[in-house]
Amino acid sequence: MADIESALQERAKSAIDSGTPVAIIAGGTKSFLGNRVTAEPLHVAGHSGIVDYDPRELVITARCGTKLEEIEQVLAASGQMLPFEPPRFGEGATLGGAVACGLSGPRRPYAGSVRDHVLGCRIINGRGEILNFGGRVMKNVAGFDVSRLMAGAFGTLGVLLEISLRVLPRPAASLTLVHECRDPVPYLCGLASKPIPVDAAAHVDGLCHTRLSGSIQAVSEAKNLLGGEALDGHEAFWEDLREQRLPFFGSDAPLWRIASGPSAPMPNLQGAWVIDWGGSQRWLKSEAGEGEVRRAAEAIGGHATLFRGQGEAFHPLKGPLGMLHRRLKAAFDPKAIFNPGRFYPEF
Amino acid sequence: MQFGGSGRESLILALRAMLGEESVLTEKEELAPFECDGLSVYRKLPLAVLLPSTVEEVQGILRLCSDHGVPVVARGAGTGLSGGALPISDGVLLSLSRFDRIIAIDPEQRIATVQPGVRNLAISEAAAPHGLYYAPDPSSQIACTIGGNVAENSGGVHCLKYGLTVHNLLALKIVTMEGDLLEIGSAAPDSQGYDLLALMTGSEGLLGVIVEVTVKLLARPERAQVLLAAFDDVRHAAEAVGAVISAGIIPAGLEMMDNLALRAAEDFARAGYPVGAEAILLCELDGTNAEVSEHVMKVREVMQHAGATEVRTARDEKERSMFWKGRKSAFPAVGRISPDYYCMDGTIPRRNLPEVLERIASLSKKYGLRVANVFHAGDGNLHPLILFDANKEGELEKTEAFGREILSLCIEMGGTITGEHGVGVEKLDAMCLQFDPAELAQFHAIKSAFDQQGLLNPGKAVPTLHRCAEFGAMHVHGGKLPHAHLERF
Repeated sequence: MADIESALQERAKSAIDSGTPVAIIAGGTKSFLGNRVTAEPLHVAGHSGIVDYDPRELVITARCGTKLEEIEQVLAASGQMLPFEPPRFGEGATLGGAVACGLSGPRRPYAGSVRDHVLGCRIINGRGEILNFGGRVMKNVAGFDVSRLMAGAFGTLGVLLEISLRVLPRPAASLTLVHECRDPVPYLCGLASKPIPVDAAAHVDGLCHTRLSGSIQAVSEAKNLLGGEALDGHEAFWEDLREQRLPFFGSDAPLWRIASGPSAPMPNLQGAWVIDWGGSQRWLKSEAGEGEVRRAAEAIGGHATLFRGQGEAFHPLKGPLGMLHRRLKAAFDPKAIFNPGRFYPEF
Repeated sequence: MQFGGSGRESLILALRAMLGEESVLTEKEELAPFECDGLSVYRKLPLAVLLPSTVEEVQGILRLCSDHGVPVVARGAGTGLSGGALPISDGVLLSLSRFDRIIAIDPEQRIATVQPGVRNLAISEAAAPHGLYYAPDPSSQIACTIGGNVAENSGGVHCLKYGLTVHNLLALKIVTMEGDLLEIGSAAPDSQGYDLLALMTGSEGLLGVIVEVTVKLLARPERAQVLLAAFDDVRHAAEAVGAVISAGIIPAGLEMMDNLALRAAEDFARAGYPVGAEAILLCELDGTNAEVSEHVMKVREVMQHAGATEVRTARDEKERSMFWKGRKSAFPAVGRISPDYYCMDGTIPRRNLPEVLERIASLSKKYGLRVANVFHAGDGNLHPLILFDANKEGELEKTEAFGREILSLCIEMGGTITGEHGVGVEKLDAMCLQFDPAELAQFHAIKSAFDQQGLLNPGKAVPTLHRCAEFGAMHVHGGKLPHAHLERF
């Protein structure tokens, strides 16, 4: 645990002054995601430690280099959790990386995404200034919502120094039911319309997995209502899905993530599928060409990310939206110092 | 900059040609209903009020105003409490009132796509036959529009559990000041690129004009139950709020009213409140039948342990709605016991509630003005209502000074100057207290990325650095005086 903020600011300032781009790196567990950046590394993992945590507030504030593992342990000791179940993809995974990459786990459709839980942040912008946005309270509409904008911006708008997040109590009980499922999309999507405490729903290897979490009675009643087999060691299943350790993820084929409305039809693409997030996040292992995958995703009103594989990572930005992105990038980082190209080649 | 004479005439002519005579209001008596929003102490007449009916017309208006360099203020129902929709004298007011159509309710995906002028409550009404509803429920929900809700990131009594507008929004169509139509978000859980949906929400009409909104709908919970807990000490009530959360329960709503507020509400709504109590908490629990039963027992215990003198559970749906009716009519109820009141809106960390309420009480003595507290205790979102009489000389000024002290107190406690009402024109000076010049400059840079000429709702939400320098009481960071380069008089 250490505060190296001034050193980071000095480092950022000298990069800005000399016009030398930097690649921000903490645990390095998600460097596979996004486009490759060839730039001097700016190591931020040393800026770590929980700054403030009071379980009554349901808020935790920590430095960017704090490991997710540490945060989750501290929360668990007070019966709380990060509601968005961030994937780690490795041992050194940090809070800053989780927020910058904007990744959420299986509970996301029911409890919200990482950006939904961000309350405030402290950053270094592309002028080398340290700025605070948002705060440590639930409701705050003073100024533009810069802190949520940082989630999923892949470090291209500034260096995250400190983040405040909303946390939630851990459910008293949790179990997973397994059903054989020939038509998984309507089943998974329909769960959220029922009066049952679903907090994860995925389709893997022909089986629909439904996780129920809540009070002991509510979970047991919902179990009777849905029927099906309870899965032994169900925590391991969801963790393996979240961390992409299930056998499905093991093949060499490129891994695509297709995000769409939960009831959208399955895209017409050859390959193997895993469906998560109650139907709205679909993983595809396929050798199909980039253009074909992106067109198929657009055809169902979604977008496609090349999660693991060679090629352009993110779905292209078209027309005036692309121009707005370039202007926004310039508003934060006028000299294009932070993570150039990681998100989109043009910024 | 004044925009008058022939420039004005040619703009009005061009607007009339585009929209038709009846959609361009310029007569003084036609403009008067638009001179203010819910913060009526500020009033101004715009150059013209425009009533477009199509997205193409909105695009045309913005292109034309861009070409003429004319400011544009967008307006929904005008229920905002911070002057965000206050007209600009040399600008046009763009009313979205004709965009009042519910485009689609999709029960399968649980989403509603609506035009921005649709009222908040109308969405839940349209979704009700499918067992669905739209969660954010600001007190003004019968009148306020969804477009305004997005612009202000509106909350309500249920946001402790269900979030603010930003958490319940899926997609927007916006028109930029240059007249481009942008689609942001979709039915998918996220979209490519930066999270512009988050940036647009709460941007108070400075970044774009919202012309279509897609929101998430939720399944109506199987059961909702309300507990009313009475306390003979405000401090005990404030401490009970943290105790409920610590017990691992997230109520759908957790509201507090002090004695002055609850007596006014009782006189007005006959909600059955215990008028002898120093404070009451209303705690709504929802979920499955079994879950609610379990939580009702637990919350009852927590409240009693925290010193509640009485804990009541609503006997039936009728009593439940009476409990809420009292709360939702608290503002007009307070309006009956005082010639005027000034509604504040700050948020603080929950743990500081007891201290902040005590300090507001002592400020009330200092200024000799009564304060009624009625607020979203679960979120730490305060709404002190300062009672005053604008006809008494100096009382408005005294009230404003009192209000500023409350907002400074919120910042001192690690909170914010506005939880849900927005900055508008009302809290521009308070923004100088909360943000330092570099942060304000960053906001201005974002604004320019969307609106290079600075024509969309200019002068609202983010103060200029010059204004902060003149205001004097500035954010002082690390002992250094900001704006050292600016002249001082």
